[in-house]
Amino acid sequence: MADLEAFRSDLQRFLAQNAPDAVRGLVVTAEGDGNWGGRRATYDPPEMKKWLEVMAARGFTAPSWPKEYGGGGLSPEETKVLRQELAAQKLPPPLIGFGLEMIGPTLLRYGTEAQKRQHIPPIVRGEIRWCQGYSEPDSGSDLASLKTRAERRGDHFVVNGTKVWTSYGDLSDWIFALVRTNPNAKKQEGITFLLIDMASPGVSVRPIKLISGKSPFCETRFDDVRVPVGNVLGEIDGGWSVAKALLGFERNMIADTFGTVGSARSEKRGSRLANLARDHGLGAGDALSDAVVRDEIARCEMDERAFALTVQRSRDAARAGHQPGPESSIFKLYGTELNKRRTELSVRIAGPQGLGWEGPGFDDDELLLTRHWLRARGNSIEGGTSEVQLNIIAKRVLGLPD
Amino acid sequence: MQQLVLSEDQELLAKTAADFVASRSPVARVRALRDASDPLGFSRALWKEMAELGWVGIPFPESYGGAGMGFAELAVVLEALGRTLAPEPFLSCVVLAGQALLRAGSEAQQRAWLPRLVSGDALLAFASQERESRYDLQRVATSARRQGDGFALSGEKIAVQDGAGADAYVVAARTSGAVADAAGISLFLVPAATPGLRCERQWRVDSRNAAILHLEGARVPQDALIGREGEGLATLEAVVDLAIAALCAEMLGSMSEAFARTLHYLKNRLQFGVPIGSFQALKHRAAQMFVEIELCRSAVMGAVRALDAGDADARKLVSVAKARCSETAMLVAHEAVQMHGGIGMTDEHEIGFFLKRARVAELTFGDAAWHRARWARLCGY
Repeated sequence: MADLEAFRSDLQRFLAQNAPDAVRGLVVTAEGDGNWGGRRATYDPPEMKKWLEVMAARGFTAPSWPKEYGGGGLSPEETKVLRQELAAQKLPPPLIGFGLEMIGPTLLRYGTEAQKRQHIPPIVRGEIRWCQGYSEPDSGSDLASLKTRAERRGDHFVVNGTKVWTSYGDLSDWIFALVRTNPNAKKQEGITFLLIDMASPGVSVRPIKLISGKSPFCETRFDDVRVPVGNVLGEIDGGWSVAKALLGFERNMIADTFGTVGSARSEKRGSRLANLARDHGLGAGDALSDAVVRDEIARCEMDERAFALTVQRSRDAARAGHQPGPESSIFKLYGTELNKRRTELSVRIAGPQGLGWEGPGFDDDELLLTRHWLRARGNSIEGGTSEVQLNIIAKRVLGLPD
Repeated sequence: MQQLVLSEDQELLAKTAADFVASRSPVARVRALRDASDPLGFSRALWKEMAELGWVGIPFPESYGGAGMGFAELAVVLEALGRTLAPEPFLSCVVLAGQALLRAGSEAQQRAWLPRLVSGDALLAFASQERESRYDLQRVATSARRQGDGFALSGEKIAVQDGAGADAYVVAARTSGAVADAAGISLFLVPAATPGLRCERQWRVDSRNAAILHLEGARVPQDALIGREGEGLATLEAVVDLAIAALCAEMLGSMSEAFARTLHYLKNRLQFGVPIGSFQALKHRAAQMFVEIELCRSAVMGAVRALDAGDADARKLVSVAKARCSETAMLVAHEAVQMHGGIGMTDEHEIGFFLKRARVAELTFGDAAWHRARWARLCGY
């Protein structure tokens, strides 16, 4: 404990001396906000670049990763202290993205020594931005039916096919993709996990517009793209288990995103939904004038609180050394359904002012309500639909028969 | 924030309680008590055993023979008892009446009653609800008028949990003010043998002990007053919050067991040549129930720990737990009957007992809608 307090005071000194004032108090308001790094990174404000550099130099962008690959080498307790101190000093994360959250942990588990040395340090320093190539136009929930082919030609694979929903494909430098290397094997057994440099000839990216408008999603095509055999992560034809491990990391990331919504801290700012109702003619005094809306707001907030407690329970159990319990399987399902309910309720509370698409008569927050409602429809589709999550719970947790 | 994980001691307590319930307290016991129209509705002998195991004394100080532990520990035991619908009077005796005495009673009152309560020898019940009050604790019409050096209590209390056979009652009565005023409510300790007090057993759908307390000028001395005259509402609210959390722990156990039994049925009941649990129409509903129960567990753990720590938002967490547990208990119990099919409708099968208890628990101390309204009030909207 004494060591931990020494670490905390060192850290406080380090942050006080090195964090640029311009990055303090930055809040994430839109999808894609924050520093994602990469070759095409833009820094807003410009001081964000310095913030990334000073943190990456000590491995604090990836605090729990091993020092030998540039990580911070911190214990879980020290990592928690770092998170607390960043929050206390209102400092944003110096770097976010799929490198840190998805491919990095997967590389650390499955990568060869050479792969770790090649890929982990640039992730820690924010030099390379990664995207995910899983889904295909004909392979959504049935991911294992994917058809993108990788044919072996000596020390290279030649890749042909189309990946869809590659978030930020247009801004990324590398893609981790599932490709079919053996068309004759059972569908899960002919898949390989491949790391592909998007600067390779034959890679093309097209952005996708959603019902909510502009989106980070892209379609990424591979036309005779040559990829060295050394870029296989795990075994050739053994990519399915790597893919599933990465999905586990992805669900943790989603739980982190949604699990903080209903925490006690986020409630101290007062009820945002109740304030929205007051701003839209549903009551001037304490109690809202519409009892049904009041009930729906309470239901939403209370469910968010129960969900935040469930996320906390899972973390506390993990810290106490228990195996991940069944509660973790519900994060993706419940977190996304909650977000859908909140955004849906917000539009109904705003009433006619919740209908704006763009232009006059609506303020910025009102316009966002519409977009968020539409965008949230996708929460229970992307990363495994709610129906697939229910199948997983029924089979893996409850042991119901096929 | 407290850790939402069981300590080693709590794990041990949970195991002891689960073993006890498995060997000593099957659901068949509840059926037998019901079929015999047992006036007490629970077993005094088993209550004494539970006291000897130390469970009755969990939330009482060692000076009164208790364990000096908290509601996080009590919740672990109540969850285990809830699994087989054990009807022993924890809520009424240990939580409502016992905690009212512990929090607001005089030392003389505590010394007279708590050691005997903790040892399982004395039974106390709590009478606050009235026909018109619904879940509103502040709405008290029963009057306590000064008479000589004491008070005379008149009115009618309903749904007095474990009221039949109790040795004494903690009664909420109005010493001043109008029927819905916050001020003017006082708590009294009234022995069952008091002239003018009559207890009438009620038969509700779960067959547990509930009673009407008729008070017709029941005379009590000045020292029957618990706490200060006219200031009883705070104590009333505090102990009912504790009772809600305790009830939620029981509900968590009952819904978990009803779900486990349903899951077992889904895996073993064959129709069309296959287990009915292989049908996606049932799988998804089972998975939904599982999710809701997991959220209930988190809410209950959060609520009891917040109460033990005296957190500022403990009341809000209590409402989260009760709203959730009320809806989920009913969801699971209704689905359990549906998924059991025809056999689930028979009195011979035990699943119906879970449905009946769930209904009573749901409509005790406020249902889900009532607790959502309370949450909104506590949040200032």
